Amino acid sequence: MTATSEPLVSMQGLKKHFDVSPPWLNRMLERKPRLHLRAVDGLDLEIPRGTTFSLVGESGCGKSTVARLVVGLYAPTAGSIRFEGTDLTDRPAGDPPAIRRRMQMIFQDPYASLNPRWRVRDIIAEPLKCFGMLPDRASEDREVGRLLELVGMNSQDGEKYPHEFSGGQRQRISIARAISSKPDFLVCDEPTSALDVSVQAQILNLMKELQRELGLTYLFISHDLAVVHFMSDFIGVMYLGRIVETGPARQVFANPQHPYTRLLLDTIPDITMARRDREPVAGEVPNPIDPPPGCAFHPRCPFSDARCRSELPELRNAPSGARTACHAVAEGRLADGPVRAVPSTPAQMPT
Amino acid sequence: MKQSGPLLEVRDLSVVFDTRRGPLTAVDRISFDLSPGEILGVVGESGAGKSLTGTAITGLLERPGRIGGGEIRFEGNRIDNLPPEQMRRLRGRRIGAIFQDPLTSLNPLFTVGRQLVETIQTHLDLGREQARQRALELLAEVGIPAPEKRIDHYPHQFSGGMRQRVVIALALCANPKLVIADEPTTALDVSIQAQILAVLKKLCREHGAAVILVTHDMGVIAETADRVAVMYSGRIAEIGPAAQVVKAPRHPYTEGLMGSIPVIGTGADRLTQIEGSMPRLTDIPAGCAFHPRCPCARADCAAVRPEPRPVGDGKVACVLYDGGGI
Repeated sequence: MTATSEPLVSMQGLKKHFDVSPPWLNRMLERKPRLHLRAVDGLDLEIPRGTTFSLVGESGCGKSTVARLVVGLYAPTAGSIRFEGTDLTDRPAGDPPAIRRRMQMIFQDPYASLNPRWRVRDIIAEPLKCFGMLPDRASEDREVGRLLELVGMNSQDGEKYPHEFSGGQRQRISIARAISSKPDFLVCDEPTSALDVSVQAQILNLMKELQRELGLTYLFISHDLAVVHFMSDFIGVMYLGRIVETGPARQVFANPQHPYTRLLLDTIPDITMARRDREPVAGEVPNPIDPPPGCAFHPRCPFSDARCRSELPELRNAPSGARTACHAVAEGRLADGPVRAVPSTPAQMPT
Repeated sequence: MKQSGPLLEVRDLSVVFDTRRGPLTAVDRISFDLSPGEILGVVGESGAGKSLTGTAITGLLERPGRIGGGEIRFEGNRIDNLPPEQMRRLRGRRIGAIFQDPLTSLNPLFTVGRQLVETIQTHLDLGREQARQRALELLAEVGIPAPEKRIDHYPHQFSGGMRQRVVIALALCANPKLVIADEPTTALDVSIQAQILAVLKKLCREHGAAVILVTHDMGVIAETADRVAVMYSGRIAEIGPAAQVVKAPRHPYTEGLMGSIPVIGTGADRLTQIEGSMPRLTDIPAGCAFHPRCPCARADCAAVRPEPRPVGDGKVACVLYDGGGI
């Protein structure tokens, strides 16, 4: 995944650990240990300008944490985040303003991410005010009207409140707010997963159009592989805080290497393969507080051996052109054909 | 049980909500049949009335909602007008239900085993030990590892997928003839979703239970259902064999719905878009409810509500097929 020019956004060795220890008194009296949840555990990625990079994975794999780290809502435990070469690590959200103006976020739930007591015009104008981009209210009104029309709404809708709109329209308002400060980079955290399919199609089409017209770069987060396939140029498949496979979307979908990617692609319900008895993936995502040693996927992996149980695989170039973190792929002991999951499933108990 | 004839017949069923501004019709004169052992998928977007249809059949409608008209026949007998006590006995024993959120369908204060034993003893004439034995068998059937240990655990000790397995075990414990599954996999991850659907399909086949699978996920329907009913604004737009509805949709709404789903392996740069959104219950348009959004709408669409007509192996409610069908 080497772009000819400098990537717009890059992350090196990015980690975010959450302290989920029991309270101090319990640790002292009951001798309970400190516990850390490793939500993101060493992530390297580069997002070339003007492209869509998607992170995909099941719940709890750390994809939303990455989104929050990138825009500065969380401070990373280790590693660095760069935007056009400027190091943003350990800078609070909003600093430096010249760069923060250029990155915005679209959230999953359009019902929770718009202030119900603000008029739509004030919601959309807030970034303009924050960054002091327009001199007076009249030009602000004109800009809000233009943005509303850009996202397919009526310029008169600015006087209304969010509750007067449906979920799809609210997500359009979120998008208008996100693009109001003329950003280059949008972080979209499951922007359509709360919407119905026909509305999802409208929003995805709108996002693609805006990308073309405004030259936007997206970090797109989703658990829906079909949506990711539609949107992405590059893709990273996450499992338990790490990227297990990354590369150009076309190649990863056409020729998935990592057993987890292959299992995911095998299990998604597909409307074109009606009545196919699909092979369910056995097992569940392990607890990130106490991940398995070695490769985190080995308890569910049909190709695991002694090395997988002890040694953490690094991302390496795979023959397909993607990069894969898998010993079996590196050693070439991966059989072709459909992946059969290991049948035995140890019961997963939250602690 | 009669061998011939449908297991469930729904005729002109309406569900109405009484509000201060007058009644709102959420389900509007829908009819369908369900054969024994058949899996019928009910799809539609939020607010299409698919969950209410399931709720009406189980007799769990809550005020201000009520059945506004029509008939529901189960094994030939009307069940829409049964007194609550009789309906309660039917529900659970003959009709099982699985809901979307597995955490709220289980009581957090009781062990899984206690809830299973209680349900089994309510419906079947079994002693405590026998009921526990039956509960163990059921847990093993739905694929819970080490059931003899897990039976004494509380719901919070199970993961989402395992909880939904327990809920399926609860729904099946009296060997019902009909299971109503309302979005059973929506709260789960894709890989877990596949496991749950496989369990649901296998067990219903083994127990000979028919299933009404309510979901908004077309992929789930395409893989699981024998027949599909597509709902829009409280009406059935199209009903027919799953392969026909999914691969060769006839109703313009179904066609748009199918086109709006991204599919892996196609190089499409744009998804088919149905403009606008589903009307609110307060202003459902006259005539065909879909006509303001329909690319094929004609003048008469706004005047007459189309009745479902036989097309192919299914039925479509659209003027395009009013000219005699096939």
